[in-house]
Amino acid sequence: MSTPTSVSSIEQRAGVEKRGLVRSVRWNLSRAWIVTRRELVDMLRDWRITAPVLLLSLITPGLANWGAERLLAWIARYGATLVADRIAPFLLLAVGFFPASFSLIIALESFVGEKERRSLEPLLSSPLTDTQVYIGKTLAATMPPTIGSLLAMVVYVVGQSLAGSPMLAPSMLVQIALLNIMHALVMVAGAVIVSSQVTSVRAANLLASFIIVPIALLLQTEAFIMFWEHYGALWWMLVGLVVVYVVLVRMGVRSFNREDLLGGEIDEINLVQIAKQLWRLVLARREDGVQRSPWQWYRDEVLGAVTRTRPAMALVAVAMLAAFLIGRYYGTVFGVPPEAFVLDDWYARFHSLLIDTGLSGLTGILLVLVQNVRVLLIGTVLAVFSVGVLVVLILMLPIVVIGYVVAQMATAGMAPVVVLAALVPHSLFEVPAAVLAGGLAVRLGASVLAPPPGKRLGEGWLEALADTIRLWWLLILPLLIAAAVVEVYVTPALVSIATSGG
Amino acid sequence: MIEAHALTKHFDSFVAVQNITFTVQPGEVLALLGPNGAGKTTTVRMLTSLLRPTSGWARVAGYDIVEEPDQVRASVGVLTENHGLYLRMRGYEYLDFFGELYGLDPVTRSRRARALAARFGLEEALNRRLGEYSKGMRQKLSLVRAMLHNPRVLLLDEPTSAMDPQSTRLVRDMIKHLRGQERTIVLCTHNLAEAEELADRIAIIRRGQIIAQGTPLELKARLLGPPLLEIRLARTIEALPDTIADLVELDSYGHNWLRYRTPDPMTTNPQVLRRLAEHGAAVVTLSEVPQSLEQVYLRVIGSEHDVPAPSQTLTA
Repeated sequence: MSTPTSVSSIEQRAGVEKRGLVRSVRWNLSRAWIVTRRELVDMLRDWRITAPVLLLSLITPGLANWGAERLLAWIARYGATLVADRIAPFLLLAVGFFPASFSLIIALESFVGEKERRSLEPLLSSPLTDTQVYIGKTLAATMPPTIGSLLAMVVYVVGQSLAGSPMLAPSMLVQIALLNIMHALVMVAGAVIVSSQVTSVRAANLLASFIIVPIALLLQTEAFIMFWEHYGALWWMLVGLVVVYVVLVRMGVRSFNREDLLGGEIDEINLVQIAKQLWRLVLARREDGVQRSPWQWYRDEVLGAVTRTRPAMALVAVAMLAAFLIGRYYGTVFGVPPEAFVLDDWYARFHSLLIDTGLSGLTGILLVLVQNVRVLLIGTVLAVFSVGVLVVLILMLPIVVIGYVVAQMATAGMAPVVVLAALVPHSLFEVPAAVLAGGLAVRLGASVLAPPPGKRLGEGWLEALADTIRLWWLLILPLLIAAAVVEVYVTPALVSIATSGG
Repeated sequence: MIEAHALTKHFDSFVAVQNITFTVQPGEVLALLGPNGAGKTTTVRMLTSLLRPTSGWARVAGYDIVEEPDQVRASVGVLTENHGLYLRMRGYEYLDFFGELYGLDPVTRSRRARALAARFGLEEALNRRLGEYSKGMRQKLSLVRAMLHNPRVLLLDEPTSAMDPQSTRLVRDMIKHLRGQERTIVLCTHNLAEAEELADRIAIIRRGQIIAQGTPLELKARLLGPPLLEIRLARTIEALPDTIADLVELDSYGHNWLRYRTPDPMTTNPQVLRRLAEHGAAVVTLSEVPQSLEQVYLRVIGSEHDVPAPSQTLTA
């Protein structure tokens, strides 16, 4: 053997020389392509993979053609050609879906299958970065379902053409092809994440339902939209699928961990251990045992958590402001005419309504508090399953209504001071609480996309959850309690003063 | 060069490796010995930047294993515990794939692959699929893969397992050759004879800690005591042990032989021989009883020894 490789060659091999963005992307893709190429050649040599994909891609369209001919002929007997026209695009969509769903097994075993065959460690010991390994495997897993799907659609369309059936418009063909490709890409992206996180191929296959079922439901939704000919909505669904794909790939790259891949042999969740760890994080005691004063602890762990949540809070605040403006806009465009409002003694009637519905006194405080807590907790739970998106929507909805009502109050001729008196007092406490709770929920949901640097996905998520629990007890609940008290006692009094003119 | 300082690795509540400290210089072979589950593979995986240490640090070929993992992996040739080959690939394709991963151009990787394969008697097998390879052939191919990119550091986990004696000799000669080329080599092995032949220094790991470290001679002297000498006589004499009991510490004896230990054979041996001659003993042979690394290993790993605290590591 010749003398060892030089340092500069090692730096080049490891890809750590400085590059611009474009060169960096090209470099990463070229490195990932080495893995992709190997995987594709390996797949082509395995008849157990190629034969079923080919057969399914050829047989399914044939069966679809045969079924479609008979179905359309039967429908035509009853003169329901409209139904026939609307079903044709869906059949093409379904034909492209089956090969993609079958090929998912390739993506599901991309990492964990290689781990079980013990060939993963040499690959992970190479100078490839996490991103290059992950993208290489993902690209390889993407080819069979995408090609299978396109092949099936081509065979179907050719079959339809040979049978003399009316052809779909080119724009529709393109739309359906893109939808099927995006279905395949999203399923593969999800499957590769599963493969990189589980410890056995069996576990990966069991989790496949969580990938196929949502896409199948999406397919049914698209079929429904096609049936009612709202094809424009399908382009928005395509955009949504692209966003989901990018999110999933990013999530997969960020959560990819060589240590976890090589490590666990058994899927195990130790709930007691997790609970103990969570409790430690909530209490936020220093690991070096140094004692802090209550104020120091509050500054570090409460205000510090608020600081960590600032970007998410800013997002929620902007969304709520946008919601208010949207509501106000629709209040002016679709508002109730001013003559429809009866303002005589409106406050007395409103006050009476508050008492009748129990929104007064201690009961009223509890009702308002429970409602606010319930909405924010539900939003937090939904944020976990929607990478934070649903909590933002949940917080926007009531603000849209408030914006609409404010516009209506202005239309009805109410004095601005009355509007301010009705909104501001309790909002001083409620809005910060909602923004903080919403921000924490967004951070909790989005932590699966981007764990903090140096931390694993589970660790980052637990830290976000610990911050959420701590701030709920020490900031959000006190704010909501204050908001409820003000909303029941102070706001009505201020509105009454404003209404009576002093 | 490899520098490891207080490397520790926890897996949840399980401590796999604790306070591992050693240095391996260029041109040196360090053998990691230890029972199954001692922490050898975990240590090697940390040095390859596959596992992140819970605490401690290490530098491999000048690169930090945590801060510069890509450079570490580019500098290191690893023979992993499980060689796990791609069974549908042919030998030359497999080497070509890894050569490309390590940034070698096509001509270089082809040339090196063929040269290394020829050295291990695999040249003709390169056109065959890896699924047709025997266990020994797979092991050799994995070793070729580890050396393909001329790494400055080699981490070899059981390099001669599953090999016939001829192949074993080839591999050991290769390791000696690489040492001569100033490579830094860490060898994980259960084969004590191999460790004794190849290693400049040995670290014995038990339950995640290094409990003895040093050259083979140092470890023997430290753990087995002074050299053990044996005298054989032509015939028995009366009260043989009593004749030299005041001169040396007797280890064992028989009708016409005895064994003793002495820290200073240069002085003691002539005295013993004179005393025996005075008593009419006809000495046939006086020789040192070879003490093996196995004795060291069993003495250290045996159940009568508790694992000492890190400060008590037996370092010669």
